[in-house]
Amino acid sequence: MIKYRIKFIKEGKAAYISHLDLMRTMHRVFIRAGVRVRHSEGFNPHPKMVFAMPLSVGAESECELMDFELDNETDTSVLPQKLTAVMPEGITVTECYAAEEKFKEISWLRVYGRFEYDGGGAADKSAALKSFFDLPQIVIHRKTKRGAADSDIKPSVREIAFEACDAYTVSVSAVIAAGDRPLNPELLVSALEQLALELKPDFAKFRRIAMYKTDENGALFEFK
Amino acid sequence: MDRRLERILPRVQKPARYTGGEYNQIIKNKSDIDVRIAFCFPDTYEIGMSNLGMRILYGVFNDMPGVWCERAFAPWGDMADEMRRAGIPLYALESGDPIGYFDMIAFSIGYEMAFTSVLDMLDMAGVPLRSDEREGLSPLVCAGGTACYNIEPIAEFIDLCFIGEGEELDVEVVELYRKAKREGWTKTEFLRQACRIQGVYVPRFYDIEYNGDGTVKSITAREGAPDKVLKRVVEDFSGAYFPEHPIVPSTEIVHDRVSLELFRGCIRGCRFCQAGFIYRPVRPRGADRLIEQGISSLKNTGYEEVTLSSLSTSDYRPLSGLCDGLLEWCEPNNVSLSLPSLRADNFSIDLMHKVQRVRKSGLTFAPEAGTQRLRDAINKNVREEDLLNSCRIAFEGGWSGLKLYFMLGLPTETDEDVRGIADMALNVLRTWKAYASNKNRGARITVSTSFFVPKAHTPFQWEAQIPIDEYRRRVRILKESITAKAITYNWHEPETSYIEAVLSRGDRRLSKVIETVWRRGGRLDAWSDYFSFERWMDAFSECGIDPDFYAARERGRDEIFPWSMIASGVSDSFMWREREMAYTGELSPDCRAKCTGCGANRLLKGGRCDD
Repeated sequence: MIKYRIKFIKEGKAAYISHLDLMRTMHRVFIRAGVRVRHSEGFNPHPKMVFAMPLSVGAESECELMDFELDNETDTSVLPQKLTAVMPEGITVTECYAAEEKFKEISWLRVYGRFEYDGGGAADKSAALKSFFDLPQIVIHRKTKRGAADSDIKPSVREIAFEACDAYTVSVSAVIAAGDRPLNPELLVSALEQLALELKPDFAKFRRIAMYKTDENGALFEFK
Repeated sequence: MDRRLERILPRVQKPARYTGGEYNQIIKNKSDIDVRIAFCFPDTYEIGMSNLGMRILYGVFNDMPGVWCERAFAPWGDMADEMRRAGIPLYALESGDPIGYFDMIAFSIGYEMAFTSVLDMLDMAGVPLRSDEREGLSPLVCAGGTACYNIEPIAEFIDLCFIGEGEELDVEVVELYRKAKREGWTKTEFLRQACRIQGVYVPRFYDIEYNGDGTVKSITAREGAPDKVLKRVVEDFSGAYFPEHPIVPSTEIVHDRVSLELFRGCIRGCRFCQAGFIYRPVRPRGADRLIEQGISSLKNTGYEEVTLSSLSTSDYRPLSGLCDGLLEWCEPNNVSLSLPSLRADNFSIDLMHKVQRVRKSGLTFAPEAGTQRLRDAINKNVREEDLLNSCRIAFEGGWSGLKLYFMLGLPTETDEDVRGIADMALNVLRTWKAYASNKNRGARITVSTSFFVPKAHTPFQWEAQIPIDEYRRRVRILKESITAKAITYNWHEPETSYIEAVLSRGDRRLSKVIETVWRRGGRLDAWSDYFSFERWMDAFSECGIDPDFYAARERGRDEIFPWSMIASGVSDSFMWREREMAYTGELSPDCRAKCTGCGANRLLKGGRCDD
């Protein structure tokens, strides 16, 4: 038994495939590609496939990871092309390799966001956004499974930068927590809605760029 | 992707329904295309994508060079509202282009409750609703599917109907359209030529006159249209197109599996069943071909389930060999085989063991009526001892759950017949007690009743539907008669079936009712989330139309039906004979035991069915 990992892009139309549907889709993709994934034992066998981190519906990513088990060693170099050929539109497998690092080591994510302001003034918004996220604390009200609570999202934002692309669009580049106190990037917008409504974009879309782990000094390394 | 759409999609439920991009969808280069078809299904994506007919015709159209067929479905309410608010017209999933600019807008209409959605989709596309308001050749609004056997209630909105099977007919119409477009014909010129193709019905070429009592006085064909439009069938069904590369939806749909069609038509002749008559004659597909198609589709899709589809699967002669052939591939590949709609009379041990070898699915039988007398009247040739015998086999084999389907309100039904349903269910439970191999899990027997809707092109087309209150009374009788805890009773609410009864035998005067219902927000009427009985009843009274005239009236033998210009190939005299036999409780043999001379064999060269 060998555990392999694929890295894939999920974008465009595929951004709207939910996590549950993605699992079903991946299962079928492997069957179409003729790659026999190991199944769990038991009454209702299911394929052994595990995703690193679920992605919100509508968000894109160029660094999704999924593990699967095969009975025998395989030539991983052909798999990206072979799997991509039978994917729905918008999913591209970029790499395949034996899985070594553990998903729980993933501690930070780099995300890119596009904030759209229908009223324009992106340059001013960009500067104001920077000041807002420079505040020492950003306490927002959030609903979790355990109920509603106030919490400071600032420790979950390691880096954040804004840039006006044109009069209506500000691009956001941020490194946000994925391990302890994970942050859904949508909460960056919730923070604006709650604390600086004038800065809330009319539309925001996010894309995951990279997954990171940290060493003992806290330095970032790309998770493989 | 459209920027406006990108903003809406994160806000709606199950947005993957609205994006396209699924595996095996067909994308063509627009510069190579001279006919663009929007295949529209007037229900949700999950229902429409589960429809085998749609998958077949999608493949048939796209196999034509120069033709690009794309899909559109009725958006759920949240999406429809968002699209209207943002001014996004109904678009095709493949290209994202608005369908209002396509050459043909072709609806597949399987049931009457979809009529309001047809109007809604036309409106969302920005297309004028009525045929006479659309002057140009494009978009040509067409309809096919079983509802077209009586399309009269929406005839004023449709330019052209496909009657019968589309594999060959639709191609001929598209080729004629291509010629018309190239040569610059007017819409009328095109329709005049099109109605000469067998199976094409052009509603505007038929003038309907009514008697003082509201019945049809006469139907007059004009412009060279045939007096009777005879349905089309695919003569060589075994060799007919089958989609071996079907689209694999990226989100869950209702029937998310490979579906193999064993045969068209049915040998049985149950007198209430429209499908049993309009799909005649029986034409099987060879088992070897089905096995090949099944394996190929499974490989091409990655599906883990294959199902056998037909009107009566256990009547497929080589069923056992077919199952063996499929299982030989399915078992080592973790694919399960399921068999829907088994008849209770010839359910065999052999077959049961086959379906359970990979995964055990639920068992459903449809005796339809509770007493032998009534089953004889409807020509459902199932005997209680056969049903109980099948149940015994199933219970011995480890099944503990069973669903039994019945109808209430069948012609000649008495209270004794209604109580017979409870007796039958109790006998099934007793059989479980006597024979179940595994009693630990307890028996789960479910009885469901629906409200009988008399349909056009059946021997019961002359019948009155029983009143809603009477249906409710019979439900109460049955409910009181079922006392065992292990038997669950579910019944359908009757309002939708009443409206269905009005529409299924309706005429053109109902078009204003349907339009009124739609204008007041009616759409997706097959869904209880959206159906409003009040809205329908208000529309009837506003339009001055008595719905009971259509639902609750027994027709005389010589009455001209609104759908009399449509011929299924089964003769009127046969239908009437079958109706009379229902009242005398006489059975008709199935087509294999003895030909009953329905006339459908004349649709085949050589006149032989079921070869």
